[in-house]
Amino acid sequence: MIRILRQIFRTGIVTEQLPPALEEEIREVGAKLEEAIRQRFRRSLTIRQVDAGSCNGCELEIHAMNNPIYNCERFGMHFTASPRFADMLLVTGPVAWNMEIALRRTYDATPSPKLVVAVGDCGCNGGIFGESYASLGGIDRIIPVDAYVPGCPPSPTDLLNGILKAVR
Amino acid sequence: MLKEAIIAAFGGHVRFDGSQRPASVSACVVPRDRFGEAAKVMKKAYALLAAEWASDETSLGRGYGVFACYRWGSEYLIVKTEVPSGDPWFPSLCRSFVPAFRFERQIMSLMGIAAAGNPDVRPWIKFEDWPAEAWPLRKSFDAAQRMPRVTGEYIWTRAEGEGVYEIPVGPVHAGIIEPGHFRFQAVGEDVINLEERLGYVHKGIEKKFESLVWQDGAKLAGRVSGDTTVAHSLAYCMAMESMTGCQVPERAHWLRALFLERERIANHLGDIGAICNDAAFAFMLYQLSRLKEMLLRTNLRLFGHRFMMDRVVPGGVTVDIEPAGKREILAEMDMLAADFEKLVTIYDENPSLEDRVRDTGILKPARARELCAVGIVARASGLNLDCRIFNPFPPYDRHEWMELDVPVLISGDVHARAWVRIQEVRESIRIVRKMIEEMPDTGTHVPAGQPAPDSSGFSAVEGWRGEIIYWLQSGPAGEINRCMVRDPSSINWLGLELAVLGNIVPDFPLCNKSFNQSYSGHDL
Repeated sequence: MIRILRQIFRTGIVTEQLPPALEEEIREVGAKLEEAIRQRFRRSLTIRQVDAGSCNGCELEIHAMNNPIYNCERFGMHFTASPRFADMLLVTGPVAWNMEIALRRTYDATPSPKLVVAVGDCGCNGGIFGESYASLGGIDRIIPVDAYVPGCPPSPTDLLNGILKAVR
Repeated sequence: MLKEAIIAAFGGHVRFDGSQRPASVSACVVPRDRFGEAAKVMKKAYALLAAEWASDETSLGRGYGVFACYRWGSEYLIVKTEVPSGDPWFPSLCRSFVPAFRFERQIMSLMGIAAAGNPDVRPWIKFEDWPAEAWPLRKSFDAAQRMPRVTGEYIWTRAEGEGVYEIPVGPVHAGIIEPGHFRFQAVGEDVINLEERLGYVHKGIEKKFESLVWQDGAKLAGRVSGDTTVAHSLAYCMAMESMTGCQVPERAHWLRALFLERERIANHLGDIGAICNDAAFAFMLYQLSRLKEMLLRTNLRLFGHRFMMDRVVPGGVTVDIEPAGKREILAEMDMLAADFEKLVTIYDENPSLEDRVRDTGILKPARARELCAVGIVARASGLNLDCRIFNPFPPYDRHEWMELDVPVLISGDVHARAWVRIQEVRESIRIVRKMIEEMPDTGTHVPAGQPAPDSSGFSAVEGWRGEIIYWLQSGPAGEINRCMVRDPSSINWLGLELAVLGNIVPDFPLCNKSFNQSYSGHDL
């Protein structure tokens, strides 16, 4: 136990401020976000992540948003296990033909009003996989999308920024 | 050994194919009705089945080719049989090799060639709502088409009796993970059967390769499984380079190895943390994900991408490392090693963690061998397999210099799979230091060239999950005719089904995390 405590104290708080380039934008978004989250989401934004066919690259970066460096929960957002509790779907793509029905069902199971953020180049437009018999392309081919976060994969900062934009 | 064994058994009925590259990998053709017999001969020679696949060779003036790749020690042998397109079947290898049943389901589903004697004729990856005649890997299939959905039913394994109940899970899981469906039959808390159903993230990758030029293939290979981007693009490039005879500069090899080891460390750190987190010890997850983030940021600074995507290309690598970068990596490794050892001690001394990870999710060595498991899963269950030792590229081929120590445990439980990762992180830190200090000064890239028509290339690379196999075949104009991808997950998913038997349902996430197989790499 003493080792655990020692490690915790030695590590300290590693959570970072966002990069200066984004700082101003985030501040501006942040003010509006706080108001929006208070009014529309009762002070917390609950996100359900859906992999509709991604290569797992975007998932790694979404995981990284939860690590102590980015610590996305400080912005009032957290990930939930069920779409029933979600305010937002964070969808990575492209939409695989085999995932289309599951994606539609997940969308229908999410209570309105709901936001959808398409993540990654593939989520935005199908990316390298494009459109084929097995890949239906971007998320907006299947469900309405409110915001896009391009990148292969987008960095955790890009993701945070994209989510904040969607909420605004 | 394998080559001799098949010559001894088949004599004049086996024909060796000289167009297979690299020359160290032998390829032979046997008559169709004796394809199963060849598997028996391989089994007797202690070989493991590494992969089984089919290729549509109609554009080359032949029918279909069905291939089985066997491995024994450092020897790979590809046994092919030719199947006329008007009569598409071949003898199943299931009797000799268990994992063949899934490979063959996939061949049937995607190429439309039946495996006679395979007891499981249900489609795999091809869902019940696909049109029955849709065989996407056939040349006659138009990849751009939109398929109609038909009605159909998937027949699940069922269990009946008093107190037996079923738990369906997925495809959309509770966490931030890829989609797949698991169906448990349980009595009380004990799992009596688990059936996986994968294919949800099938994106038509193998078909997509066939529409790309060789150079662009590396980019797609890097997105087969995003967490293994370096190893996949490397395996693709090595298979292609073997076909063109491209001699990659020494330094490029070393940089590739450096990327590969950094990818291994980053993913293992994440996995060890996630295993502990699934045993409700979140402390480790946060500590280790901090270390992982540190590595990813160094990757971004030095190599321009957090996961080093698209840094390995045919002919070499796109980035070099400066002396300042070397110093940075050495300093980072020192810090990582120090922090990591503290955390390993905590892992090792925590009784509540030990209680969860020991004797949970056991994959016995005999079972692992039967399943021909690869990678971490194999090494945690007593199989001494590692392409870095048995099928090395520079600098791994300098065994005396590198002295790579491959951890092999025999308990096959969650702890063994975690401990193999811990040992591999230690080894990778050590060899990263070694490689940085003695990296040769040559160029980093040469033109890769174009493969000749109707030839094939092969490569096996030890990614962080295990052995990744690529088999490439060129068409009549020298274009990509077939790109077969065998992620370690294609085999190791079978191990999970066995490992959870007899465990309690709440331990499934822990078992699953200790395997951490790729869905995208499997579904392709």
